[in-house]
Amino acid sequence: MAIMDRNRQFAPGCEITRFALTDLRPGDTGVIGGFTLPNETQEALARFGFILDTEITLVRRAPMGDASVYAVDGSEVALRAETARGILVWRLPGGPKRALA
Amino acid sequence: MRAQVDASVIAGPGRTPAAGPIRTIALIGPPNSGKSTLFNRLTRLRQKVGNYPGITVEQHTGVLSCAGREFTLIDLPGIHSIRPYSEDERVAVEVLTGRAKGVRAPDAVFVVLDSTNLVRHLALAGEIIAMGLPVLVLLNMADLLQKRGGTVNPKKLAAELGAPVALIAAAHGTGLEAVESFLRKGATQTPAMLPPVLQDPPQCRRWVARTTSQAGYRAPAPAAWTRRLDGVVLHKFCGPLVFVLIVGTVFQSVFGLGQPASNLFQDFLSRAGVQAAAQLPAGLFRSLLLDGVWKGVSSVLVFLPQILLLFLFIGLLEDSGYLARAALISDRTMRSVGLSGKAFIPLLSAYACAVPAIMATRTIENKRDRLAAILIAPFMTCSARLPIYALLIAAFIPERPVIGVLLGSRASAMLSLYILGFFMAIATAKILKSSVLKSTGVPFVLELPEYRWPTVRSIALRLIDRARVFLAQAGTVILCVSVVVWVLTNLPLRNGHPPALEQSIMAHLGQTIEPAIRPLGFNWKIGVGLLTSVVAREVIVGTLGTLYGADPATHAMSLQEALRQDLTLPGAVALLVFFAFAMQCTSTLATVRRETNSWKWPAIQFLYMSAVAFVAALAVNQILPLWLG
Repeated sequence: MAIMDRNRQFAPGCEITRFALTDLRPGDTGVIGGFTLPNETQEALARFGFILDTEITLVRRAPMGDASVYAVDGSEVALRAETARGILVWRLPGGPKRALA
Repeated sequence: MRAQVDASVIAGPGRTPAAGPIRTIALIGPPNSGKSTLFNRLTRLRQKVGNYPGITVEQHTGVLSCAGREFTLIDLPGIHSIRPYSEDERVAVEVLTGRAKGVRAPDAVFVVLDSTNLVRHLALAGEIIAMGLPVLVLLNMADLLQKRGGTVNPKKLAAELGAPVALIAAAHGTGLEAVESFLRKGATQTPAMLPPVLQDPPQCRRWVARTTSQAGYRAPAPAAWTRRLDGVVLHKFCGPLVFVLIVGTVFQSVFGLGQPASNLFQDFLSRAGVQAAAQLPAGLFRSLLLDGVWKGVSSVLVFLPQILLLFLFIGLLEDSGYLARAALISDRTMRSVGLSGKAFIPLLSAYACAVPAIMATRTIENKRDRLAAILIAPFMTCSARLPIYALLIAAFIPERPVIGVLLGSRASAMLSLYILGFFMAIATAKILKSSVLKSTGVPFVLELPEYRWPTVRSIALRLIDRARVFLAQAGTVILCVSVVVWVLTNLPLRNGHPPALEQSIMAHLGQTIEPAIRPLGFNWKIGVGLLTSVVAREVIVGTLGTLYGADPATHAMSLQEALRQDLTLPGAVALLVFFAFAMQCTSTLATVRRETNSWKWPAIQFLYMSAVAFVAALAVNQILPLWLG
């Protein structure tokens, strides 16, 4: 499991609070900052671009059920809330802004 | 068009002399990169589908004619990375390194990447180039990249990667000259520069960022049409509505168009059989060909129109990109029984026929989910159950209105059989998913590809491929069993003539199992029907027709009347319930064997479903009389 570094430098205007991916609102963009998921799940997610420090946008919530569509690394991927809850993000207010790694 | 000009560019750094001629080429790329489209484009119909030995991953190989020579093209499964994590990735790595059993090690690799999403997939190209095989990198969907305002310089990218790069559009066949010139040169270069450590995500990302920026890559604007369409298709209210409309259309078409088409086809087949038989001298040989082989085989052939229609729809939905959206919408419902939304379309298909449904489960990546879907699919009421349902319902259930003119007693009996199968499927899924097939760690991750127009070419190839698989496997099994049934009803010979029906081996078999099925309310003739219908469910109707027709006591009666003489109402209901649950379909068993690559699962499935059918029919026949008074 990735350990969060709370002293990292972020671009001005970035909130330094960590949120779960499920806390984003449609249109919000965040930067993946950690996982609270088993390694096997993380490996599977990494294949779809869910990697530390990657920008992620909540595109829309899916109808029926709790799945949501996220734009990550150039493609759109749907996840259930049970998985998204285990992905932590640094929230970027408004549109995409790059975090300084 | 610039993409086309660029497409002819094949650029690469200095090559070392060829180590040997290229004979085998592996085709590799991430899912949705258009790899299969390219494979079809390059090999046309000269391809073979099989399984890699010992595992369920499909092996596609084809012949590529180019520059006056023939090359073997291996289409590897779509993968995101070569770190052997899933079965697909393990296979891909084994083939690339020449460790796969029964597959020649490739002399060259074509890496197919989606040019509109290069940043995400470039690492895969890096990993493969680092393996040291001669590589041609094909940036697919160059037309889309250009249309949406993206660019990339293939020459510069080639210099960065140390491997030739070409822009192509596989769907339109543009840019494929690159393949020819690559093969003509017999290019076997060792990569000039190895990409840096790709295992470490931050380093890998820096490498990708540097490489793409050196190659002048500008990502295209997001697919506006896909977003807009998703706004409707995945809308809170419109989404489910569109879903129901599409599913309803598919269901209605497979029955509405497929059933008449099947009937026409059946008429044609039986007439063809009779006419062909008229050319033969009467006797045992003609009877074998007509009553044994032809009737058995054509009883399965008649399902071809429905199967093709179903695959036409599945193909359209899959190629257009809607299937992923349908899976997303149905995910919640499917999750309540422990499955994911990806099992929805296969299970819907199972209402027509379990064989294509089981083949359609290939879209489910999670192996355990896929196995569960395969195991419950035959509980869905397939079209082969219709003949026996229709016969028994017409014979035993008088037509009475249930809900005014909307629903009669017969239609509601039919509907309840559909519901019965559905509930048994769900119950079985629950049992499986909470015990042996419990999901482990694999999350539900569903990539939503861009919407695309399906091409006639890829749909046609898919239909031909499926028809071929269906005819080959169902044809061989059905053929053998039909001959066996015919032989057993015509033996032992008395004075060179076939015996009376009751003296045949088939009748003896029926009488042998009679004590076991008597508590279910069935006599030996039904027993023979149950035995022969192990081949295919609809066979029982033909068998009963033959048996009652051969019996002097019931000879003059219609089959419905004859059945009313032999079966009580509880017995008839028991028979219906038996057919709702029992696994009487060798084509399905053969398909399950092929798809799971073992006899274990079809055996378990057969025993489980037979046991459920037996117990349920027994319960009905014992309890229903008490209830009826």
